[in-house]
Amino acid sequence: MATATKIRAQGVDVFYGETQAIRNVSIDILANAVTAFIGPSGCGKSTFLRCLNRMNDTIDICRVKGEITLDGQDIHAREVDPVQLRARVGMVFQKPNPFPKSIYDNVAYGPRIHGLAATKADLDGIVEGSLRRAAIWNEVKDRLAEPGTGLSGGQQQRLCIARAIATAPEVLLMDEPCSALDPIATAQIEELIDELRESYSVVIVTHSMQQAARVSQKTAFFHLGSMLEYGDTAKVFTNPDHEKTQAYITGRFG
Amino acid sequence: MIGYLFLLILVAAIAGYVVNRQAARSQAFGSGARFHSLPGFHGAYALLLTGLPAFLFVLVWLTFEGPIVDAVVMASLPAEGVAGLDAGKLSLIEAEVKSIAAGNVFGEPEPWKFAAAEYYTSLRGTFRAALWISVLLVCGIGLYIARRRVAADFRARHRVEEITSWIMIACAGVAILVTAGIIASLIYESVRFFERVPVAEFLFGLNWEPQIPLREDQIAGAGAFGWLPVFLGTIVITVVALVVAVPIGLLSAIYLNEFASARVRSIGKPVLEILAGVPTVVYGFFAILVVAPAIRGAGAAAGIDVSPNTALAAGGVMGIMLIPFISSFADDALSAVPRSLRDGSLALGATRGETMTKVLFPAAIPGIVGGVLLAVSRAIGETMIVVMAAGLIATLTINPLDSVTTVTVQIVTLLIGDSEFDNPKTLAAFALGLMLFIVTLALNVLALRVVRKYRELYD
Repeated sequence: MATATKIRAQGVDVFYGETQAIRNVSIDILANAVTAFIGPSGCGKSTFLRCLNRMNDTIDICRVKGEITLDGQDIHAREVDPVQLRARVGMVFQKPNPFPKSIYDNVAYGPRIHGLAATKADLDGIVEGSLRRAAIWNEVKDRLAEPGTGLSGGQQQRLCIARAIATAPEVLLMDEPCSALDPIATAQIEELIDELRESYSVVIVTHSMQQAARVSQKTAFFHLGSMLEYGDTAKVFTNPDHEKTQAYITGRFG
Repeated sequence: MIGYLFLLILVAAIAGYVVNRQAARSQAFGSGARFHSLPGFHGAYALLLTGLPAFLFVLVWLTFEGPIVDAVVMASLPAEGVAGLDAGKLSLIEAEVKSIAAGNVFGEPEPWKFAAAEYYTSLRGTFRAALWISVLLVCGIGLYIARRRVAADFRARHRVEEITSWIMIACAGVAILVTAGIIASLIYESVRFFERVPVAEFLFGLNWEPQIPLREDQIAGAGAFGWLPVFLGTIVITVVALVVAVPIGLLSAIYLNEFASARVRSIGKPVLEILAGVPTVVYGFFAILVVAPAIRGAGAAAGIDVSPNTALAAGGVMGIMLIPFISSFADDALSAVPRSLRDGSLALGATRGETMTKVLFPAAIPGIVGGVLLAVSRAIGETMIVVMAAGLIATLTINPLDSVTTVTVQIVTLLIGDSEFDNPKTLAAFALGLMLFIVTLALNVLALRVVRKYRELYD
């Protein structure tokens, strides 16, 4: 397993107005690995995830303090354009959110705005490749012109994953990507996450212990805005350092 | 007097509510039986049963009281006074008797008129007393029935819900009936117009000169009733208004919705909405005193001949009037686009501008189109600004620097001054009104269909 650090966060605090949502979180997220964020609802895992591609910038009252680096570069530095950062750090949301456009246009959206394709053939190639990697190509290849909103929930979420990987990001953030899906679609997406690990650094927020154990190599446990524990998934799930982690994993609170 | 009567009904209804609720409560607690409906519903049942029939009774009574009293009084007049008089004279006598009864005596009426007035007054008094007694009776019966029915298994809640739904149906029916009445009167008068002027001439004629003589000695035009130049004027002014309102309205909505800071938005939006509260008369002043001279001056400076009342001035000011309309519709439509779409686009590395033009705006199009079409309806129906700022002469032109007239302006001028409702000049106003109604109705239906067709696209 590769062990290079992709994202390093040090002493990150996040405030919503006066309320502090994240307290002093420091974490090294590895390249070519899946990192799972677990913890009870409202513990700040999604908020922290949104710091990593500066999506919190779009919320007026949200302030982020501390240092986050991507490949050693501070993402809050003046010369970093959040728009370009988000092209490198893609995101998949909890609820599938395909645009009210055709399936093709959904996937082609990112490559078009970033000018990744020189010709129509290039774009076709990117779209097909992304849909194939998201394991949905066979289901939609004959109806690329139909609206993406007409797909089933699981297909929509895989379409959103295809849309996210079409911009060729280096990191993929997934905020509870399976919470709206049935077990079959969940299994397909977990399989997909495992494949994506070869080329990306994947961070996934999940409420399912089994999912975290199945797909991730590293696990971070969040509680009340702090990160209590971070380590190899095998260790966190079998021999956690913190009693709260143990209690949460075994279902005694949460 | 009638006001006190309604007050009496209200008090009786409230009393019924209190009495019945109390009865239901004491029965429920006294017997320990499980009541189907809460005491409040038994109370509400009594309220409806006491108040509603009495209220309807009063309305029906008042509708028939006047005509019946009049008929009885007129029938009692001595034969020597009314023999051989026609309907007009009779109604004059009726009015005189009533004014004597009210204490206004003009000249020296015959004594039998005084007697009739006295009879009229006493008859009215009797009717009123009867009304009061009947209302008390109706209220009492209603309350008695409701009170008798208080029991554990009486389904007061169902009955109350049933009656309430009928009240709601009646209210909805009023709106529909009024609409139907308006349409019927428009069609009736229009048919009378088309009896005098052929439909084909009205619909396809290219001349509009409706100022025909009302009296023999008046000097006026021969009359021509082709509505096309008038309608074309309306279209020219509407197009000018939309050319002003749509871009400004949409861009201000986009700015306020997506790019403005919370502070700018909190100031900008109310200020924009003040524009919607300006009376159209004031817009009219603005058009004739500021905009029209400015356009004329600019035209003169550029060497273009500009008429004093231009379609450009009227349409431009109407466009300003429509800005808040379009911008608030567009703002609502943009706000209704789910935040997840916006986040999804931003997370792909799209800028705010790209997100707006490629995702939010297309998703909001149905709402925006609906708003624009409603704005078109308003522009077509707008009267005051065009009466003040547009011209009166119907010219078949699409030049916005010319003076044009609109359908609404013509309706106003046709009905101003001497008018007789049996000549084509005045009746033409109704035909124009009917056409206006049809055009705006069609646009509204179109707007609703557009909104409905695309509404669920992003759900």
